[in-house]
Amino acid sequence: MPVTGYELTHLQMLEAEAIHIFREVAAEFERPALLFSGGKDSIVMLRVAEKAFWPAKLPFPLLHIDTGHNFDEVLEFRDRRAAELGARLVVGSVQAAIDAGELTEDTRPGASRNQLQTPVLLDSITDNRFDAVFGGARRDEEKARAKERVYSFRDEFGQWDPKNQRPELWSLYNGRHRPGEHIRVFPLSNWTELDIWRYIAQERLEIPSIYYAHSRETFERDGMLLAVTPLTQPRAGEAVVPRQVRYRTVGDITCTGAVESTAATVDEVIAEVAATRITERGATRADDRVSEAAMEDRKREGYF
Amino acid sequence: MAELLRVATAGSVDDGKSTLIGRLLYDTKSLFTDQLAAVERTSRERGDGYVDLALLTDGLRAEREQGITIDVAYRYFATPRRSFILADTPGHVQYTRNMVTGASTADLALLLVDARKGIVEQTCRHAFLASLLRVPHLVLCVNKMDLVDFDREVFEQIKEDFRRFAAKLEIVDVATIPVSALTGDNVVSRSPSTPWYDGSSLLHHLEELHIASDRNLIDVRFPVQWVVRPRSEELHDYRGYAGQVAGGVLKPGDDVIVLPSGLTSRVAGIDTYDGPVEEAFPPMSVIVRLEDDLDVSRGDLIARPNNQPTVGQDLNLMVSWMVDAPLRRRARVGIKHTTRSVRAMVTDVCYRVDIDTLHRDESVETLGLNDIGRIALRTTTPLCYDPYRRNRNTGSVLLIDEATGTTLGAGMIL
Repeated sequence: MPVTGYELTHLQMLEAEAIHIFREVAAEFERPALLFSGGKDSIVMLRVAEKAFWPAKLPFPLLHIDTGHNFDEVLEFRDRRAAELGARLVVGSVQAAIDAGELTEDTRPGASRNQLQTPVLLDSITDNRFDAVFGGARRDEEKARAKERVYSFRDEFGQWDPKNQRPELWSLYNGRHRPGEHIRVFPLSNWTELDIWRYIAQERLEIPSIYYAHSRETFERDGMLLAVTPLTQPRAGEAVVPRQVRYRTVGDITCTGAVESTAATVDEVIAEVAATRITERGATRADDRVSEAAMEDRKREGYF
Repeated sequence: MAELLRVATAGSVDDGKSTLIGRLLYDTKSLFTDQLAAVERTSRERGDGYVDLALLTDGLRAEREQGITIDVAYRYFATPRRSFILADTPGHVQYTRNMVTGASTADLALLLVDARKGIVEQTCRHAFLASLLRVPHLVLCVNKMDLVDFDREVFEQIKEDFRRFAAKLEIVDVATIPVSALTGDNVVSRSPSTPWYDGSSLLHHLEELHIASDRNLIDVRFPVQWVVRPRSEELHDYRGYAGQVAGGVLKPGDDVIVLPSGLTSRVAGIDTYDGPVEEAFPPMSVIVRLEDDLDVSRGDLIARPNNQPTVGQDLNLMVSWMVDAPLRRRARVGIKHTTRSVRAMVTDVCYRVDIDTLHRDESVETLGLNDIGRIALRTTTPLCYDPYRRNRNTGSVLLIDEATGTTLGAGMIL
């Protein structure tokens, strides 16, 4: 770490802040867990966690809510990374909940399993008695998230009450909670999409290949580019075209769009992100487009 | 790589704050076309006669429905020189707690006045809160200069009025800039309309401001956050103290004292995941190893033997009260200070400050929601603290409701 004149770069400051948050939570909570999806934000979050507890191992397990509609590349990556760190991986399965009859899937065209993640996440938290769950959400992603605290309290139903949030001052985090309540913790709250990519470059972090440009059979729907997969099939009138694409976010296959791109390296992605004029969720996530307050409504119910 | 600057701003739609923020975001290419399109759509649906950029930051349904800002919104923008975090808060008196929250981490407070109206009550309130929270820099933007024909006299009069008011406060660095957020004059680049103004544009000022020396690099303060004991085969004897440096510069070989125990030792090494470092300073998160095997735990504080904080149980605080239930003498509260949590009893409510006139009302017996006042309290166990004016990290506390866990207020140690 080159340090001159007692100055830190903005990435070093963001990292120092996030490490502080990780250690506060580990010290004040009984059973934390880290949400790890294999997406870029959770990969960055995991590296910061590694730094916070080095040279010891992570003092908490990883948690993934698997919709059953994930990209294979991402699941492989998730398992490999957990094994490298010697971390315990807890998987909450939406498919298993559907198979067991606990959830009913909306099978109408255009439906996704996005809504179904919330009850599975909440059940996983209850079953494992997690009292703090780290998430990789950033405030620049979406305007409801821009209002959310670093320590975000959830009641016994996992609900977020945006009008009744604790004020958060200095770097003094108040983690008091009652049994049955838990908090979501967002150590990367102040990072931007560009910061995430610069950190990936700085730390030489490996990320799933679908974040880089590759050739795919795609079709357009509602202004988004979707890949042809067993779960996403073109309807009549939707022309299939091979395109050079990459993913800016990695979520459920059925509602995550690709962007046309030739960026095949980290540096090329950074250049592309720096020049882009559309937010990552606006470009690629059908789940956020449902209404002006789509994210706020899902978060109130206990979403990530 | 760029530095980070945290800016707090407060105000209402009337003074053009949202327009100014929108312009900063737009001109630094931090405003995205889909965000702008969503704002235009909502403004149209609501029947507004103009595109209301406040919708960019008003993220909650209730805020959009009522057309008000009720909480702190964080916005991010960057130039090649710096990255900025903007904490945007509503400016009315009933949102004092939100303004205090936004100012608590800010390097700079951005105040706006309407050139036609000059210094108003709200300007004074914001300046007082910035001073109370010891935000090191303040920028006063005299906005809507286009509506006063870029008249130098108007600008100079407002600057002088503010200077006279600010003399009563402890504000170190004030810059006054004539701008028009609507037309962009002096926001990103110097305007030809104000040839008599020889200062920087707002963005240039934000980019060039010297902030490195705002931190306390003199008094070594290292609150222990987490004891690192890997207990693994290869690291059997490793023992270190993890934390974020709260003040001073710590080096291997330094003599240190652990408080409140008073045990002394020497720094054996300072470790990070990325390798050992020769110096640790705020706000670095590091692991400090000591030469001796002492009993050190979370909540302890490492300092230099010849430069120690106060260790004591009787504190005088300025507090910002944040809940409806009033603060009274003899109230029992939880305290979080650095990494230490203790209990305390309020021994006195000394006075309430009228934040618009700065008048002290010593007749009060309680402090209510959004009040600022001075109190005294006694803690059950000692804290290792500095005056807030000396160190924002070791001089700040949270007051917490022991029963519900709610944050009741924020305190600055005198």
